[in-house]
Amino acid sequence: MSDIVIQTRGLSKEYVRDEFKVVALADASIAIAKGEFVALMGPSGSGKSTLLHLIAAMDRPSSGEIAVLGQNLNTLSDSEIARWRNAHIGFVFQSFNLLPVLTALENVELPLKLTKLGKSERMAHARKALELVGLGDRMNHTPRQLSGGQEQRVALARAIVTDPDQILADEPTGNLDAASARDVLSLLGRLNREFGKTIVMVTHDPHSAKAASKIRYLDKGALLPEGQNPEDWEIR
Amino acid sequence: MAIPISYSFRNLLARRTTSLMTALGIGLTVAVLLAVSALAQGLRTSLEASGHPLNLLVTRKGSNAELYSSFTNEAFQALKFKPGIAKDSKGDPAASLELITVIVMESPENPSGINISVRGIEPRGLEIRDGARVSEGRMFTPGRREVVVGKGVAGRYPLARIGSRIPFGRGEWEVVGVLDGGRGMANSEIFCDLRQLASDQNRDNGLSSVLLRAADESSAQALINDLPNDRRLNIDVVREKDYHAQQTQSATPIRAVGTFVALIMAIGSCFAAMNTMYAAVARRSAEIGTLRVLGFPRRSILLSFFLESIFLSILGGIIGCLLVLPLNNVNTAIGSFVTFSEISFDFHVSPKIMLYGVLFAMFMGAVGGLLPAASAARKQILTALRQV
Repeated sequence: MSDIVIQTRGLSKEYVRDEFKVVALADASIAIAKGEFVALMGPSGSGKSTLLHLIAAMDRPSSGEIAVLGQNLNTLSDSEIARWRNAHIGFVFQSFNLLPVLTALENVELPLKLTKLGKSERMAHARKALELVGLGDRMNHTPRQLSGGQEQRVALARAIVTDPDQILADEPTGNLDAASARDVLSLLGRLNREFGKTIVMVTHDPHSAKAASKIRYLDKGALLPEGQNPEDWEIR
Repeated sequence: MAIPISYSFRNLLARRTTSLMTALGIGLTVAVLLAVSALAQGLRTSLEASGHPLNLLVTRKGSNAELYSSFTNEAFQALKFKPGIAKDSKGDPAASLELITVIVMESPENPSGINISVRGIEPRGLEIRDGARVSEGRMFTPGRREVVVGKGVAGRYPLARIGSRIPFGRGEWEVVGVLDGGRGMANSEIFCDLRQLASDQNRDNGLSSVLLRAADESSAQALINDLPNDRRLNIDVVREKDYHAQQTQSATPIRAVGTFVALIMAIGSCFAAMNTMYAAVARRSAEIGTLRVLGFPRRSILLSFFLESIFLSILGGIIGCLLVLPLNNVNTAIGSFVTFSEISFDFHVSPKIMLYGVLFAMFMGAVGGLLPAASAARKQILTALRQV
């Protein structure tokens, strides 16, 4: 059990919308081991993104426990969570979420601003991360000057530049064409295999999910038991 | 822990038109305030530049201004040999008996006429006013109806140009020279021969005042303390500088109105900055969410948007300075409640005033930017990421 890095027990998240209680996630318990590549699948509204956001401490659960890398996230304050997230989580968004006024290099350097590294070290790390994702020749381009696939690779470089223990990706191929999606999935696979990163990826695309070593399904806010999947979410 | 300053700065550049319009609004407010300040500063500079520290103005007791004062030749003779008075270049006491009166002169801006002070002086009167010199033409000839005009008057009144004749008293007075009084009050007056003016005005023994130069500071203080106690003389003594300083209040009404207008405009500018920044926060909601996910705490978000508002206002402050800079050294005049005549001076847009203008702009930026920055910092991560 010592290699479990993400552990949730009875995790629930409820929202109140227009006076109606909406259960986004109910009683989810999952354990993810170090170095695993897990895909969370399910239809829209199944709770997969909610679970990912709770693991990334981007939101607080309504009930239940969540521990990531042995840290009980429920006990941390807002600023402690911000520091913790910067040090341990690399997050990849579906829409890339690069800052449009900064260059690729500056975007990748951004998370390092929160570390104690000096300017030259930060730039060296950012260059290395961009070279790793194959964008060594696009460092001074702004997001507007890059293709969608390149933007997502910059976002991946930004996610790994602090050398986090885990990478959390929310539909990372959702806005990409097939070729770019393959590149991104290939990079995620490489980060998992060669660098031992634990990866949790939300996707509704069965082809993308094939890149993962394990698939967990969610349906109507419930995390289905391991190995079980609804018929309409079979991988073809 | 800070989001790069370049992020705030480049976002202003990214929305050039909005930024420029808001900055222009702030700039206009700053320009109004600076114009009023430059006017007050110009008047103050003019009044402070007037008068040597050792010059003393002697008037009849109880008359608050030279215009109301009456001084006889006998009193002057008794006064000028008092100890502590400096000697002029000829070895005589450095004391000038003077007569001041007011004439009305027309100008293109004021066809109905404006009051101008005419000062009759003895030749040593100019010597006591160091810094004042005839810059064009020549000095008036004693015993003739000739005048030299201060450069402020010469610049504003067509009738005060060299060769023109100004009608007042019993005849016409030829303008023979222009007096450059530096930044001082001499620029606002017309100078002529004391005896000729007194004769014209039927005031041969009803002159106005005496300007004298004390030998040193202790003599000046002694003269100020002792002369008013001489019952035969029945006089008041003030430093020439202090006398002119009273007139700074002449700018008070203009300054009050200008400051009031600038304050009203400042409130509008604060709202303009606030509106711009709220729009920026709304448009960049996803970026705020992203920054939070990357680990930037709420205070970094607040600081980043606050700085952006400050940058915007600094730009406005610079625009305000540029708008008002052409006013520098432009000659203008206002009426004095002390002399009931015009004081001519130049707008003075000093670096200090411009610094205050930029600081005022930054204050507007701070007030306008604080609430939007706070709203950016308060956003929940997921709410921010979902807003487009």
